[in-house]
Amino acid sequence: MGKRMSDQKTDQMTGAEIVIKALKDQGVEHIFGYPGGAVLPIYDEIFKQDWLHHILVRHEQGAAHAAEGYARSTGKCGVLLVTSGPGATNAVTGLTDALMDSIPLVCITGQVPTHLIGSDAFQECDTVGITRPCTKHNYLVKSVDDLAEIMHEAFYIATSGRPGPVVIDIPKDIQFAPGPYMSPEKISKASYQPPKKGDLNGIREAAELIASAKKPVFYTGGGVINAGQVASKLLREFVGLTGYPITSTLMGLGAFPASDNQWLGMLGMHGTYEANMAMHDCDVMINIGARFDDRITGRLDAFSPNSKKIHVDIDPSSINKTVHVDVPIVGDVAHVLEDMIRIWKETACSPDKQAISDWWQEIEGWRKVNSLGFEQSDTIIKPQYAVQRLYELSKDKDVYISTEVGQHQMWAAQHFHFEEPNRWMTSGGLGTMGYGLPAAIGTQIAHPEALVIDIAGEASVLMNMQEMSTAVQYNLPVKIFILNNEYMGMVRQWQQLLHGGRYSHSYSEALPDFVKLAEAYGATGIRATNPGELDEAITQMLDTPGPVIFDCVVSKDENCFPMIPSGKAHNEMILAGEPADVEVSEEGKALV
Amino acid sequence: MMMNDQSIEAHTLSVLVENSAGVLARVIGLFSGRGYNIESLTVAEVDGEAHMSRITIVTSGSPMVIEQIKAQLSRIVPVSRVTDLTVEAEAIEREMALVKVAGTGEKRVEALRVSESFRARVVDTTHESFVFELTGAKTKIDAFVQLMRPLGLKEVSRTGIAAIARGPEAM
Repeated sequence: MGKRMSDQKTDQMTGAEIVIKALKDQGVEHIFGYPGGAVLPIYDEIFKQDWLHHILVRHEQGAAHAAEGYARSTGKCGVLLVTSGPGATNAVTGLTDALMDSIPLVCITGQVPTHLIGSDAFQECDTVGITRPCTKHNYLVKSVDDLAEIMHEAFYIATSGRPGPVVIDIPKDIQFAPGPYMSPEKISKASYQPPKKGDLNGIREAAELIASAKKPVFYTGGGVINAGQVASKLLREFVGLTGYPITSTLMGLGAFPASDNQWLGMLGMHGTYEANMAMHDCDVMINIGARFDDRITGRLDAFSPNSKKIHVDIDPSSINKTVHVDVPIVGDVAHVLEDMIRIWKETACSPDKQAISDWWQEIEGWRKVNSLGFEQSDTIIKPQYAVQRLYELSKDKDVYISTEVGQHQMWAAQHFHFEEPNRWMTSGGLGTMGYGLPAAIGTQIAHPEALVIDIAGEASVLMNMQEMSTAVQYNLPVKIFILNNEYMGMVRQWQQLLHGGRYSHSYSEALPDFVKLAEAYGATGIRATNPGELDEAITQMLDTPGPVIFDCVVSKDENCFPMIPSGKAHNEMILAGEPADVEVSEEGKALV
Repeated sequence: MMMNDQSIEAHTLSVLVENSAGVLARVIGLFSGRGYNIESLTVAEVDGEAHMSRITIVTSGSPMVIEQIKAQLSRIVPVSRVTDLTVEAEAIEREMALVKVAGTGEKRVEALRVSESFRARVVDTTHESFVFELTGAKTKIDAFVQLMRPLGLKEVSRTGIAAIARGPEAM
């Protein structure tokens, strides 16, 4: 590094100035952060300018999730700035979350000055060591001469290929030191060549296989969202051309419109009956931008046993990782779909109409099971009903949804329907409780006029409740819609189904009064306790201009169905109303 | 369909990396973090001007796991090439060992005799000890160490395997 510097006309700046200039040249407008000793020079530069908007969070984990929400809802890179030591370690959960869900982040961490590294200095930690396994790449800047190039390279790596978080650890002396700046010319890195176009022979083979299918299903994932809005458009076009059914992972919701008749709903552990049965019985599976996650596959040796599998993924390490595929295509989803559609049209591929019509009939039979159905009550609010009402009353608005993690997250995925990509911010891979509120804040920063709702559980939301202060400080009108059942609901459900109803530490003994809590933060609190008042209360929430905590008091012991119990196959799903004690093998119990 | 019914085999991987800070930690962290085996690992800079190092790793796993290891290694940003020498080329594998043997009388004479038949070099000697330097395939060094055990073997230092493909092509 540094070699290219000499060829350029350079102006000397301090490291901190280089950081700010690089952010500007990368088109960054918002940065989430929390100051501390080791980043003071950078904060000083932030003070001196007026184009970069810094959002002060209340905990560095909040900064990371806010940057994730910002990135997920815009397709841009999220940026955060934290101090050394605890600042960096607090951000680790968010970095890991971003790595698991392939979210582009650049995280700038302060570090103790170079000469103190390794001396156990105040607020020192081995940031690059700690974050190595939870980032796509990371840097410790040892010379100010390398800083500008590292800054630009970090953005390139975070946003290209399979996106992910990148950490830049900058010692305090480097922030003061004068050094050269370079503009973000086309950064290229010899050892890093992310794939783009898929192999055409593979795409042709896939097109033939798709055309010959009798029981096909599209299984799509977060890769479609990451490939940009154009990928969603191309997906819609291709799925429309084939007339085949389509399902999606949690991360891929919105890439295909939920109102379309070809849509089967989400698949997986809490997916719909029709989606999972179609996956199990299909003869050709078309995986586009999903990774055969264990929430999707269930028991691996019984996963879709009779299908030929096509897998489009930008990451070669996702191919054949857990499930063997017949036609692997490494490439960007948008490019592959573009080629696929062209080949499909050129070769005049046409599906077997009779077979596909029979297949749809079978699927219609599964749809009739109405696997998302639940027993309604007129005295107590059912959580599914609450999400349904929230959807009905907000669907005509410009709405973005984030969630925490647990039952409420699955109910949101099942009962809130998405027509467009980038509207759904949730922690899929890592399953991070406390994600939703800061993610909603990041989303609202990116879309100030939009309606942003965090569908939350009362346990999860408390994990980053301090971010209410951020929402109030920046007047971000996020709506926190808490399905309050006083339990860690998913833990309680597993304890009921798998541990003989021994509810070990899953009940929240001392919850705050969420209405008063909202008021204490300077926000609005609303509570609904019976179904009759729900619509009016939701409307009141939507009409409130500032941030709202909505305490939706729901039935305490509702389970989330359908459910594929751990260690079981897609066709062994349990549905609502079926006997609740499940026979799960010891092996199955050991799974998560 | 699961693919866990495949037999375990050893593979020698050559990994060409940018010689940047922490690159070895990235490679080793990948193996420990994902539960892969390392049977031998060697690393040294091979091109000072281009700042490239070469890591040679002997690992074992089912063919599916080996494929996964190669894909995961290639994903590391400063890794520029991964070659599976066991599959992609006929390769030469060599290891160097320093072996200290102490003894007197008949055992000392026998140790020297064995070392000659292995073409080991004596690189240090006292009246009651030798240090032998021996280069060869792993099995040859194993055999030498076994033979030295009853003759006063004190300690062994081995480099791990370095490997390169036969023929004119570079990796």
